[in-house]
Amino acid sequence: MESKNYQEELAHIRQMMERSSRFISLSGLSGVIAGIVALIGSVYVYFIFQREGINYFDGERNIYTPALAQELFFVALVILVLAIFSGYIFTARKSKKKNLKIWDSITKKLLFNFVIPLVAGGFFCIALWYHHYFPLIAPSMLIFYGLALINAERYTLSDVKYLGICEVILGIIALFWLGWGLIFWAVGFGFLHIFYGILMYRKYD
Amino acid sequence: MLNINQLNKEFESRVRLGIMSVLMVNDWVDFTEMKNLLNATDGNLASHSTALEKAEYIEVKKEFVGKKPKTSYRVTQKGRDAFTEHINNLEKLLGR
Repeated sequence: MESKNYQEELAHIRQMMERSSRFISLSGLSGVIAGIVALIGSVYVYFIFQREGINYFDGERNIYTPALAQELFFVALVILVLAIFSGYIFTARKSKKKNLKIWDSITKKLLFNFVIPLVAGGFFCIALWYHHYFPLIAPSMLIFYGLALINAERYTLSDVKYLGICEVILGIIALFWLGWGLIFWAVGFGFLHIFYGILMYRKYD
Repeated sequence: MLNINQLNKEFESRVRLGIMSVLMVNDWVDFTEMKNLLNATDGNLASHSTALEKAEYIEVKKEFVGKKPKTSYRVTQKGRDAFTEHINNLEKLLGR
């Protein structure tokens, strides 16, 4: 009986430490939905290419007209907003179910650490876009996103860092396979998110 | 052989355990946040934190943010040592 009490006491300590230092409401479903949004976006971009008379899988260097570049930029922005929004919904739902506050000092720390590499990467990619280094954009997005995840790992489920490492590795490979950015992008932001999301959902939700 | 009487009496309540656990892994934590984390009432948290302060296990900072008073807590080195020892003792009692 007594040993059960100590066990409970230790469990309580561990739980309080974790709850107060990590944001654990991050839902696996958020990852899945973000991945699906990214995949739909990639397919949509593929059809834009086709409409423009570009056969993506020919593997030829394609010339992007300014209008096309602008359209792609816009599509990327829409995907980003949709992915964040739908991801937020599931995480907020999980937070509510667990009776935890979604906006506290841990979330702030988490976002701060996540956003710094991401904003730096965002500006880097905008600069690439501005200078017409289009093939480098997708690999750079993967690398900076991966670094952001690794940086945020300390304040949320530690499994996030594995996703981050995978994204970085994929981004580096993509850097040496320029011209296949859309494929790498779809794998990194689509399939990896879905795969990771399902794993996390089964493990924690 | 370790016995139960050697366990630190200061950590007997669940709220105190909670306060110490939270402070071990965080820097300054304010009253409201602590209350939410522990699901404790104002009075409950206040009395237990005072006890821990008396034992010099935590330090308390009172300041004004605008016109609102704000109380924050942080663990002291003495508290950190005592709590670590407490956890070790618990584990020993469980035979780990």
